[in-house]
Amino acid sequence: MALVCVHGPLRRLAGNRAELDIGGATVAELLRGLEHEHPSTAGWILDERGAIRRHINVFVNGERGAERTAVGASDRVEILPAITGGAT
Amino acid sequence: MTELLVGTKKGLFALEGEPGAEFEVRSRAFAGEPIDFAMRDPGSGRVIATSTSPFYGPKIWFAEDPAGEWTQADGVALPEGGDYALERIWVIVPGDGGALYAGGDPGVLFESRDGGATWELNRALWRHRVDEDWQPGGGGLCLHSIVPWPGEPDRLAIAVSAAGVWLTDDHGETWRRGNRGIRPRYLPDDAPEDTFQLCVHRMERAARDPERMFIQFHGGVYRSDDAGQSWSEIGDGLPSDFGFPLALDPGDPDSAYVIPLTGDFDRVTPGGQVRVYETRDGGLTWTPRGDGLPPHHAYLTVLRRAFDRAGEGSSLQLYFGSTCGDVFGSGDAGESWFTAATRLPPVFSVTVSA
Repeated sequence: MALVCVHGPLRRLAGNRAELDIGGATVAELLRGLEHEHPSTAGWILDERGAIRRHINVFVNGERGAERTAVGASDRVEILPAITGGAT
Repeated sequence: MTELLVGTKKGLFALEGEPGAEFEVRSRAFAGEPIDFAMRDPGSGRVIATSTSPFYGPKIWFAEDPAGEWTQADGVALPEGGDYALERIWVIVPGDGGALYAGGDPGVLFESRDGGATWELNRALWRHRVDEDWQPGGGGLCLHSIVPWPGEPDRLAIAVSAAGVWLTDDHGETWRRGNRGIRPRYLPDDAPEDTFQLCVHRMERAARDPERMFIQFHGGVYRSDDAGQSWSEIGDGLPSDFGFPLALDPGDPDSAYVIPLTGDFDRVTPGGQVRVYETRDGGLTWTPRGDGLPPHHAYLTVLRRAFDRAGEGSSLQLYFGSTCGDVFGSGDAGESWFTAATRLPPVFSVTVSA
């Protein structure tokens, strides 16, 4: 299982936890697994198309990942709000 | 006491007061979050709000008190695995018979039968949207106007920018277009007459004569006397027939209020004067109403859902907010105006309960 780290409002939705052990071979599978274990997170990270929302960044062992990025059992996956705004 | 729910770029503000004086800011919820729309459901008394987080996407929330705990509603999503994602919820409207309707981008209609806790997509309209390749306006493909028919819960009209007017008589099982007579100036003269690339900005129905409806269009103000089947231009006499919001006096089916902007090339109040224009004869004539509104060097933009009313007749209350963060009100059907709030974040929506 990978170690998934969540921040901001996602912690509350994930049962008030900052770190969770989630199984999955790719980032997308892992995020679906997070939704399965904590249904309140559904729609917050992935949209209906299965795409990571535009202003969410997922890092796998410190490197920017995408839906199809492979995830290993001992990997650390961070889900972070991206830098955004500047015009608002 | 009158309550205003003001959706802004940086949170939801609940204001309370009496017409004629500045309102008190009772609470700010969703600090920092864009609140597209908020309303108090007359059926349940709940407050329902829609947010579009730049990070986490669009959501609907409900609470008993705007200063209290908010709960996320369920079912506010498109079918999984398709080509579309929900972008924004623009409006929530109470229907007849206890229903609530929500409209949003990309051209979607949801219905709730439990006071806004759970929502279900109207799949028949969604099928039209997918099969007919609706095109968005500048603000997205927004379903922004939902107009029930008093006493007939199966009859509903909706308007989409930029996919025109749609009508149903069977509670959303089937839909048909209602666009005859609308002439978009942004298409060539030889565009097909049955085009539905129509940028309706706001639509309302007269409460006491449901066949009578009004539209503020992207260039043009229209009236329908046949429940939205066909439309006639009524914008002569306005300084500009471009604008976004529209409000009606429920006590007078000949009434309408619009807030003209200079044009689509300069979306501010014309000449720096803030004026609401009122008709009481179905659009034959228009009267400017500006007593108490900024008379000069006021370049305001009022968005489509930032204008609402309560009551009727001579005690009709009208309120509108601008993207400058001001909220103005009238307690006498537009005869005179006062400033209800200033220096809020840019106002996206205003709803009134009195």
